Amino acid sequence: MDEEVIAPGHTFSTVTDKISAIVLTRKTSLGWYAGFGFSFLLTLMLFASVSYLFVKGIGIWGNNIPVGWAFEITNFVWWIGIGHAGTLISAILLLLKQTWRTSINRFAEAMTLFAVACAGLFPAIHTGRPWLDYWLLPYPNTMGVWPQFRSPIMWDVFAVSTYATVSALFWYIGLIPDLATLRDRSQSKTGSVLYGMLAMGWRGSAHHWHRYETAYLLLAGIATPLVVSVHTVVSLDFSIAILPGWHATIFPPYFVAGAIYSGFAMVLTLAIPIRAVYGLEDFITMRHLQNMAKVMLVTGLIVVYGYMIEAFMAWYSADKFEVFVPYNRMTGPYAPFYWLLLFCNAVVPQTLWFKRIRNSTIALFIIAIIVNIGMWLERFIIVVTSLHRDFMPSAWGRYAPTFWDWSTYVGTIGLFVALLFLFVRFLPMISIFEMRTILPEAKVDEDLRVI
Amino acid sequence: MSQIFHRSANTIARVSIFGAVFFIAGLLLVFGEVSRSPWMTEAHVAREQPIQFSHERHVAGNGIDCRYCHTSVEESSFAGIPPTKTCMNCHSQIFANSPYLEPVRDSFRTGRSIQWTRVHDLPDFVYFNHSIHVHKGIGCTTCHGQVDRMPLMWQESSLQMEWCIDCHRNPERYVRPRDAVFRVDYVPPANQVEIGTQLVADYQIQKLTSCSTCHR
Repeated sequence: MDEEVIAPGHTFSTVTDKISAIVLTRKTSLGWYAGFGFSFLLTLMLFASVSYLFVKGIGIWGNNIPVGWAFEITNFVWWIGIGHAGTLISAILLLLKQTWRTSINRFAEAMTLFAVACAGLFPAIHTGRPWLDYWLLPYPNTMGVWPQFRSPIMWDVFAVSTYATVSALFWYIGLIPDLATLRDRSQSKTGSVLYGMLAMGWRGSAHHWHRYETAYLLLAGIATPLVVSVHTVVSLDFSIAILPGWHATIFPPYFVAGAIYSGFAMVLTLAIPIRAVYGLEDFITMRHLQNMAKVMLVTGLIVVYGYMIEAFMAWYSADKFEVFVPYNRMTGPYAPFYWLLLFCNAVVPQTLWFKRIRNSTIALFIIAIIVNIGMWLERFIIVVTSLHRDFMPSAWGRYAPTFWDWSTYVGTIGLFVALLFLFVRFLPMISIFEMRTILPEAKVDEDLRVI
Repeated sequence: MSQIFHRSANTIARVSIFGAVFFIAGLLLVFGEVSRSPWMTEAHVAREQPIQFSHERHVAGNGIDCRYCHTSVEESSFAGIPPTKTCMNCHSQIFANSPYLEPVRDSFRTGRSIQWTRVHDLPDFVYFNHSIHVHKGIGCTTCHGQVDRMPLMWQESSLQMEWCIDCHRNPERYVRPRDAVFRVDYVPPANQVEIGTQLVADYQIQKLTSCSTCHR
């Protein structure tokens, strides 16, 4: 099995050379400058949008009274969901001893961090008075007031901040041995000092490695329930409400499955071009892409199951408000988006059943992008169609995003991509030391050990 | 290959990790202290007024009851600042030529109000009612301090919400008999909690801490 995870013919030094060269020796390509420059411009657009938002107030968005939540929460859930694949790859697959995670875990974790950074922005800026967001933190204040611990928005604060912290720690701990490699291979004084500081004096002794592995495994054990509970908490933002279309007990597992689904789609969206641009076909082999496609297919089916159960339970409930929800989704003003969502999430990924499709990077790339769009639509449909028509027909409304809704959303994509560009340029995007452990020469031959 | 870091880096690393803990803890402590300090709340800071009005002279010196000037304190949510006419009741005869009182006479002549500087200024999202506190046995000095010893008025308490809430949760620690509410020389007895508990029952004091009590 391991032969497929890494192309044959590699040794410890070729693996190290190839990955560290991207950071240390290879000339920064024009494409990198162009890509980083463009995404940085989009990031500036995000800053401008948020500044204008703070000056003018949230009325610049298209939100209104029946639809108090729209783009900001859609994007929040979308970004948080994307982040979850990173933790799944690095933590859950580690617990399951899946060696194929090795070459994708580093940038999947980076993706998690940057996605969480984008996600964390939305709860902070979508409040009407963002300068009072610190009131969500339980600290002894002069008002003698504490946050309401029964609100899932409150839990969001804990979930997302814990998730961001643990992901960052997990990522950083994973980086330490590689930072030591970069420290030792760096040709400039600045490089060796910077990487040396970050590596915190890693010497790679047996003591180091023993404790390292224990800590890493423990963190994986902590991150696994965390990743499930974080998106559960995010789903509770909706399912705790009494709104038909939100108040569904299937939300926690269905949101988590959707998170992994969209997360893997994003990993594929990123891995396929990165692999082509940096010539990493030896490390990110077709086996990785196929495995990710399979995970996507499985979680996609869970999500489809969720859609079916949602519609079935609505009908089965015999509650006229509940019955109206799927009816409104299928035939109401947002029906085209609902059908597009089903096309993106339920129909297109079924092609992944075929090995021929899973073997084609182009097909996988296109499907991954379609799933990203579909999962964004899913959150949009859940949020907006449930809100815009609920119990009282006199409180029915519509929602249409404004320019600032779009510019903020596209701006976070810019921020995400800009951070990824920086990451790819300054840190090893594949875990060097873990790649070395899956090489044939790292294996102890059981027959030889007797001697 | 030469060493990247000098030996002194060991000390720097240790100090920075160890120090960071104290630095953050210290920062939190400073934040907590500053937000409660008179620097933020302006407590104990005597304010300049257009006229150097001395409560010390009028209360301790002349023995005037609080209600002589702050007339509406028992009936209204607002205790009221006395109009110029109240001042002129006496000062048309007493110190009638004092240059210090020229603004008062000027106000009386022209009908323009004296622009007092408000010392106890709650934000407008707080509804405070003086009369209910006076009726439930909360004395002036409990909140406003020894006004009879203030040459210029200052704010005695922080007026922060935790200060209000503390009394609303434990009124027995502060309540006094109704007939002592306006006594500036009242000292809480040694068995305050015992008496206070009885008064809380007698006056039917509810421990109101819901939002709508003040934030209407």
